[in-house]
Amino acid sequence: MTSAREQAADEAKVIPISGRRAGGRARGGAQRAARAAGAGGDAVTVPLPSPVAGDAPQAAEADAGTDRDPDRGTDRGTGTGATRAGTGAGQGVAEALAGAVGSALAGPLGGLAERALGKGWERRAADGLGFLRRRLTGDYPVDEFGFDPELTEKVLLTALRPVAEKYFRLEVRGAEHLPTEGGALVVANHSGVLPWDAVMTQVAIHDHTPTQRHLRMLAADLVFVLPGFNELARKAGHTLACSEDAQRLLELGEIVGVWPEGFKGIGKPFAERYKLQRFGRGGFVSSALKAGVPIIPCSIMGAEETYPMIGNARTVARLLGLPYVPVTPTFPWLGPLGVLPLPTKWTIQFGEPIPTDGYPPEAADDPMLVFNLTDQVRETVQHTLYRLLVQRRSVFF
Amino acid sequence: MGKVVLVTGVARHLGSRFVRAIRREPGVDLVVGVDIQPSAHDLSGSAGGGGGSGLASYLFVGADIRRPTVARVIAEHRVDTVVHLNVSTTTLGSTSRSTVKETNVIGTMQLLAAVQKAPTVQRLVVKSTTSVYGSAPRDPAVFHERMQPKVLPSGGFAKDAVEVEGYVRGFARRRPDVAVSVLRFANIIGPHADTPLNEYFSLPVLPTVLGYDPRLQFVHEDDAVEVLRLAAVDPRRGTTNSGTFNVAGDGVLVLSQAARRLGRPTVPLLLPAVSWIAGLARQTRMLDFAPEQLRLLTHGRVVDTTHLRETFGYTPVFSTEAALADLGRSTRAGLLPPEQIARWTSRLTELLPAGGGGN
Repeated sequence: MTSAREQAADEAKVIPISGRRAGGRARGGAQRAARAAGAGGDAVTVPLPSPVAGDAPQAAEADAGTDRDPDRGTDRGTGTGATRAGTGAGQGVAEALAGAVGSALAGPLGGLAERALGKGWERRAADGLGFLRRRLTGDYPVDEFGFDPELTEKVLLTALRPVAEKYFRLEVRGAEHLPTEGGALVVANHSGVLPWDAVMTQVAIHDHTPTQRHLRMLAADLVFVLPGFNELARKAGHTLACSEDAQRLLELGEIVGVWPEGFKGIGKPFAERYKLQRFGRGGFVSSALKAGVPIIPCSIMGAEETYPMIGNARTVARLLGLPYVPVTPTFPWLGPLGVLPLPTKWTIQFGEPIPTDGYPPEAADDPMLVFNLTDQVRETVQHTLYRLLVQRRSVFF
Repeated sequence: MGKVVLVTGVARHLGSRFVRAIRREPGVDLVVGVDIQPSAHDLSGSAGGGGGSGLASYLFVGADIRRPTVARVIAEHRVDTVVHLNVSTTTLGSTSRSTVKETNVIGTMQLLAAVQKAPTVQRLVVKSTTSVYGSAPRDPAVFHERMQPKVLPSGGFAKDAVEVEGYVRGFARRRPDVAVSVLRFANIIGPHADTPLNEYFSLPVLPTVLGYDPRLQFVHEDDAVEVLRLAAVDPRRGTTNSGTFNVAGDGVLVLSQAARRLGRPTVPLLLPAVSWIAGLARQTRMLDFAPEQLRLLTHGRVVDTTHLRETFGYTPVFSTEAALADLGRSTRAGLLPPEQIARWTSRLTELLPAGGGGN
């Protein structure tokens, strides 16, 4: 194994030669690369005239005798002479730039960077570059629902964590009821106009289970009709609320989250806060019974007051095809500022799991049992909410 | 007396490859190919190195399956296995939608009518597609064979396939003695396949629909041929090859990921703009890009292949990922080859002061 510095020196021997079209730029790149090499070791210039821009760096590399890159055989001769910028010498320039930046950081700028970015920035930068490489080359797995664990962990959850911890000051109780492995169905109350409660539950479950589990939500079809939301929801691992998908996820041993009140719950007026609506038709209970996974009641306090909905613009909603258009003290009066949720203090309480594996397989088709279990879950969530509300000091603290 | 296999749609790439494979199959005496024009490919099957010994003879009949001539062909050669591959998104030489539809639907009806009257036929294999499940945001994420889509495909090739399957089911009821297998293929890709998605992935820049990143599943052409071959012969012990089967490689890729692996930059456009471009490409015959392909590239589609693996007894050799990689090796490299990007970033990583060292 050669050290990084020796490799850098080897790399620097690669002098990009451009085609006729963008000769000037490539020569600049070559000079920069040579300068970069000067910082790392001795520079060897290999001038190779070639009509195809992309071919030259590989050929030069072969001459320089480096055999670090096992993929070279496959990408040799692939040069179409263009990069993202569409320039003929882009590849050479980019490589030279990479060399220049790297050697600058190794030399005089290193100390400066350490002061600015804190200790261990090299490690973080290397991690970031590795992440960038995997994203740009498509080298990451997605499951059959389109769930992209790496993107969810590194980007989505990282962006949402401050919202949970700093903005809503989320307090999580009863996380020990969540299984560390195997399927479970989390059933929670829905409120707050925009589904912040669902998103925060995902953060809570990921951060408060030792195995960092991902919550796979069953979302309303509206989410999958809207462009952008569709893409994000799929990548974050969520899917359409239908029995087939619920069944499949539970059988795969995932924690599935469901908000059975649906639009009735999330779009209810402020006056009815913390009053649970009807729990759908109990489809979630059938799914849990079929898969034999426990049902975990989950009570979310604080989301109701994020957007106090004092009215509903029904006509506008019908025109836009939305289930409701809220009127709050700030929306739509303050425009985009009205979309900002109020910084309420949140508590998410996970309750005692309700086991379903003791029932016979045909239990899912017994409507009475399904209704009873649905009621049991609903009552548990409602009473936990009442208890939390009694203990609460203030909406905001 | 060995088997006599009748194959429709032999002029297409998949048909030609299937003829080559089935001719090598022991126990097959004669392969009759039916299409409006002979195959441009070499059908001798010698590429595999099997030699001339076990090769079944091949006979091409230039006939349009929309006409009743095919009934005469079946009777004349005492055909016992019919493999119907002539259900596709495009026909040779014509991009007219009505011709495609006629070939798919009327052609299937004529063929089934002929098969129903032929007492010798014992086995029918029909190539279908997973687009019978449609592509809609309100559908379940993963389809298995018994699921019905919320919204049936409203037009185009997908609707043809739904209708074809309907006629095949009717036929299966009327001739319960014939083993019928309907193979729903995911998008077939491969170095030589002539499918619309293959063409799409060979564009230098891929237009995509803004705000959607569809989940895709591919089946490699080698696997497609092998599944067709297994369906056309007697089932192996412990497996059943009659019924309806989803055929797709393991695993799922999203479109953006597939594009990056091929090194093709994507251009996200609003849905109306993409449909307009697709329409323009169709009219200028640069690329045949049907509306249902666009729906696939908006909402994606994933099918469950448990039935194929456990009942049919075949596990695709190429996963979705491997099929795409094989396509990538055969097409011209993209503008952003992933190896190049990987080298840029690893170069940067190495040049970090303590990046490669201990610390």
